[in-house]
Amino acid sequence: MIAGSKLEKVIRSGQFAVTGELGPPKSADLTMLKQHGEALRNHVEAFNITDNQTAIVRTSSIACGAVLVQMGLEPIIQITVRDRNRIGIQGDVLGAVALGIKNILCLSGDHQKFGNEQQAKGVYDIDSMQLLDGLRKLRDEGRFIGGDKVGAPVSYYLGAVANPFADPFEYRVDRLEKKIAAGASFIQTQCIFDLARFKKWMELVRERGLHKKVAIMGGVTPIKSLGAARYMKNNVSGIIIPDEIITRLQGAKKKKEEGLKIAIETIQQLKEIEGVAGVHVMAIAWEEVVPEIVERAGLYPRPKL
Amino acid sequence: MIIAERKPLQQIFEMLKSYRRIGILGCGTCVTVCMAGGQKEAEELAAALTIHRRREKEPVEVEAFTIERQCEYEYIEQVKDRLAGYEVILSLGCGVGVQTLVERMPELRVLPGVNTQSMGYPLEQGVWVERCLGCGDCVLHVTLGICPITRCAKSILNGPCGGSSGGKCEIDPEVDCAWHLIHERMEKMGRLSELQAIQPPKDWSVSHHGGPRTVVREEVKLDRGQ
Ligand code: SF4
Ligand code: SF4
Repeated sequence: MIAGSKLEKVIRSGQFAVTGELGPPKSADLTMLKQHGEALRNHVEAFNITDNQTAIVRTSSIACGAVLVQMGLEPIIQITVRDRNRIGIQGDVLGAVALGIKNILCLSGDHQKFGNEQQAKGVYDIDSMQLLDGLRKLRDEGRFIGGDKVGAPVSYYLGAVANPFADPFEYRVDRLEKKIAAGASFIQTQCIFDLARFKKWMELVRERGLHKKVAIMGGVTPIKSLGAARYMKNNVSGIIIPDEIITRLQGAKKKKEEGLKIAIETIQQLKEIEGVAGVHVMAIAWEEVVPEIVERAGLYPRPKL
Repeated sequence: MIIAERKPLQQIFEMLKSYRRIGILGCGTCVTVCMAGGQKEAEELAAALTIHRRREKEPVEVEAFTIERQCEYEYIEQVKDRLAGYEVILSLGCGVGVQTLVERMPELRVLPGVNTQSMGYPLEQGVWVERCLGCGDCVLHVTLGICPITRCAKSILNGPCGGSSGGKCEIDPEVDCAWHLIHERMEKMGRLSELQAIQPPKDWSVSHHGGPRTVVREEVKLDRGQ
């Protein structure tokens, strides 16, 4: 056991893990965030807390994470390299540990041009790989990136993201391998709509035995409407939405129910794929459907530890 | 070369509003090649300014001329007296040119007529691309001649990131993903396995982030006093 988080325990027990996601608000009023956390309490092991997602200013992920800890819920705080340099990030990580946060997810973050401060200077002092590697050394070797000694040992469960839908396709397995070497214990993938491509990626992952070295959690997002599907298909780089999904939504009378069904079927298929250790359900601005998805996908009740 | 773009005319007119006797100084090197601040552009700007002032009924005396390089004292020296004869100089040199003028002739008022953009080269007629940020610790040997510091929107050293799609960068479907290009080149050269090494964090202290830089080479210094 590394940090002894609930997420780590479920993964280590070999049971299929479920994580959710909460997006901090554009205000300091955390009422909704708490409500959603409460509503999902028994349906997920832990909650990703996004870090100024899509470069939009929001309450900090660590602050929201600390609030969740107070509520007895488990956060996975996301850390991007867009807004802070190695000094800021390492300081914040120590702060997060001090506040009882046990899971950290490292990522690059969407470029500032997508957000509400488009004139901002992007930091990118280190990249997501270096962040992962640096936080692993901070924990395991007790050294900061610059080599100075950490005053007292810290512990956290480290994760990273993988996008099997980005290009070049073959490199995506190399990159996963590299992230494992850098220190990832768990991986959350980009939202999966193109199951065929995901399965192909998993095949390559298994060929190299990578699924035995890291817990891969498939990303699942329920689509709320045809418009949302089209928007993601055409505007979000690194997400693939196959035409079948568009056609299915087009043909459906109740779009929301169809969107849910697609998500549930995706989870059911993911459960069958060798080497998939869990799912990460991202239903930002539609958090209330997560319990239903988890239940209908046959993942409820969650394991008792 | 250094790539620049002329400032919007309105901004230039506004900056020069209170001046009557204006010298527009072109530069014969980089900004001439990128067609932003050579003799031709200096003359065009002088003509535009004259027309503008006539319309505003605000008389102006404006002259355009060019020196080989505004970023070297010896060229400034040659036109020192002429420069001193104007109320203000609108420099069409890059930011370095403007500052060299001011450092050499502190009494001079010099305004920037161009926005200095980048270090790069002309890809084709009318298109100039950025290629180097002068990071102080070149990694082109690792990335096979393609600069990720400049050409990757996140300056990452371990790419491509998860936003790379169809060879393009997540920031814009028109912009090449530098890491896709690097990956492609590595593959062609049979060196893909090199990408598996985790490149350590970059030393930014030798870049601009370490403060303004000065290169000193004792062996080539001239002792001007002797
Ligand atoms: S690595 Fe640095 S010095 Fe080399 S081309 Fe890129 S920015 Fe310029
Ligand atoms: S898509 Fe490519 S160029 Fe753009 S940020 Fe990612 S790695 Fe860099």
